[in-house]
Amino acid sequence: MSLSKTAIEANRISKRYRLGVINRGMLYQDLQSYWARLRGKPDPHAPLNPDGTESDHKIGEFWALRDVSFSLEQGEAMAIIGKNGSGKSTLLKILSQITAPTTGEARIRGRVASMLEVGTGFHSELTGRANVYINGAILGMTKREIDVRFDDIVGFAGVERFIDTPVKRYSSGMSVRLAFSVAAHLAAEILIVDEVLAVGDSDFQRKCLGKMAQIVREGRTILFVSHNMQIVRSLCSRALLLESGVATRSGQSDEVIRYYLRGKDENYHAREEPPVPGPSTPLFPSLLTLRDTCGNTRAEFHLGEDWCLDVLLDVRKAVSDFRLQVNVNEADNFCALAHSSKNSTLKPGRYKVSFTFVEKLRAGEYRFTLLSFSGSRVLHSLVSELVVKIDHVPCTNDPIRWFSYGGVVVSSDEPDVVPTTEY
Amino acid sequence: MSDTLRLSSETDLPWSKIIRSEHNLLYLDFYELWRYRDLIFLMVKRDFHATYAQTILGPLWFIIQPLLTSSLFTILFTQVAKISTDGIPPFLFYMSGVVAWGYFSDCLTKTAATFRANAHVFGKVYFPRLVVPIASVITCLINFAVQFSIFFLIYLVLLFKGASLHPSFRVIVLPVLIIQMALLGIGLGCLLSSMTVRYRDLAMAIGFLTQMWMYASCVFYPLSSIPKDWQWVLVLNPMVPVIESFRFAFLGAGTVEIWQLAIGAIVSAILLLLGVMVFNHTARTFNDTV
Repeated sequence: MSLSKTAIEANRISKRYRLGVINRGMLYQDLQSYWARLRGKPDPHAPLNPDGTESDHKIGEFWALRDVSFSLEQGEAMAIIGKNGSGKSTLLKILSQITAPTTGEARIRGRVASMLEVGTGFHSELTGRANVYINGAILGMTKREIDVRFDDIVGFAGVERFIDTPVKRYSSGMSVRLAFSVAAHLAAEILIVDEVLAVGDSDFQRKCLGKMAQIVREGRTILFVSHNMQIVRSLCSRALLLESGVATRSGQSDEVIRYYLRGKDENYHAREEPPVPGPSTPLFPSLLTLRDTCGNTRAEFHLGEDWCLDVLLDVRKAVSDFRLQVNVNEADNFCALAHSSKNSTLKPGRYKVSFTFVEKLRAGEYRFTLLSFSGSRVLHSLVSELVVKIDHVPCTNDPIRWFSYGGVVVSSDEPDVVPTTEY
Repeated sequence: MSDTLRLSSETDLPWSKIIRSEHNLLYLDFYELWRYRDLIFLMVKRDFHATYAQTILGPLWFIIQPLLTSSLFTILFTQVAKISTDGIPPFLFYMSGVVAWGYFSDCLTKTAATFRANAHVFGKVYFPRLVVPIASVITCLINFAVQFSIFFLIYLVLLFKGASLHPSFRVIVLPVLIIQMALLGIGLGCLLSSMTVRYRDLAMAIGFLTQMWMYASCVFYPLSSIPKDWQWVLVLNPMVPVIESFRFAFLGAGTVEIWQLAIGAIVSAILLLLGVMVFNHTARTFNDTV
């Protein structure tokens, strides 16, 4: 082990995105601009300031990452933590070569497999078996490597009986399990994992965590993005904190997590505006609001009280067979309960889904994961930063009414997805 | 155990990958493409299954399409418009054009859809992007093989019935012609695919463009029916010598010269090089612009 070598070395990686309209989309305008530049004349299509002077192009820029450096030894597990929109996903995308950095450089030793999403390349017409092969190959395995692992993959997902059935007949849980299972059996030295654990029921989540821990023990290198500090602590010895694209802290995971949580105030926020994802995402939740049944926005509730979560959805492209699922997770990230909207077909626009939770949760803090499905395909997943707190004070003075909930299964209705003009 | 052994031996190697912003446009990692060869074949298999899942006739469509088109051309151009076929039985004449052109236009349109059809996958996983156009061209090759065998079957039947066909040793150029069509299709397809990322409406123009191109490619008329003074214009189209050679080799009539084929090959090579360069460049930042 003394021969440990560097697996990833990132050197001042930066990534710039342009905001707003990326191109004018008209070939002749582009040609005019190009022709003007060629002759040293001002670009006739350059954006102008209100006073008529040519505007500074840098206004429309956004640095998702700024000079991020780190190095990871072979066999180490490192977590990247930070708020939504702090650049974690961009860093993973650069390291998995999905997009190029604007400046800087990363050196990698060994084969990289990245799991930024489960089930990429799954084709609903094909059987489970065919999908395991194509998905494994997309993730970088050869056919022979998949042959060797095939039984393990199918066994881990628990879909042996359906392996020769087209995936379109699978439940969404089954196809997600199969997809994760393929990714978990990758034959690569370096694994890059985004928060894919957010899917599946709690039993399967536990199983996935066990698999991840095993991968760490096998001495493979893992780069892991998560919002869940407990999982980070148990899996990763090191952590890197990103804040607005800058690496502000790196070191022992305990110490970095303590630093990260320092600034979090004790008040529970009831509203969250998640960052806007890249333009290829067909839809995303743009505003989450916690409220009581009377419509007052708040995040702390009494034991036994009903509470609601409103989700505003921005739909960019038409989506068929859409369903929004909300997982309510306990502190250890295991799903305490999950709710789903009704299935519906959406045109581009803005929609609202109101979930009312009437199930009686134990006192404690809960967090949310929002999954947008089209059929069984996950279109978008969001780990929300909202925390709902259920305190120990019963909501009613009538102990008989409170205790009568014991053993009674109360289930919330599936809400509709309704168009809205709200912002 | 063997896994751990392999692991340690591989980590002794120098850096296996360096990611940076600038890169050499002409650099193509053939070793990496070779490592992903299984993906290419699995994609071909997937395309084949996915296209014909839940269809009544399945792969029979490969056969029906050229037969119907050739029959239609025979009626339309020989019976109605009375265009010459260089003395070749009209049905075979048209079918040779339709099958050869079909392969090229399939390659072109499939490759040109690469970025549009795979935007989602490209945003989530890395693999050499050229895998997709290569797989498309192989899928098309299977279709072509089926169609060509039907052509060959009809050809043999007519030959035994004593039709005036003049097969020659030149049929050995067939692989060369196929390779040239594939390269031209990939090259131009990559170029168009990259351009559609920026100019969406090009996607609609591609179908129209290939149709126009077909009219200029001697698919339903021989080059000899064009006035001698104007033939050179048509020969600039790299598909003309390919289709004429195809007919010349199998049917014994056609106008083709070595220099024409050479020009076609050079044009194809240039387009391929340019296409792959632009494609690689687009692939690196594609996900930021869709």
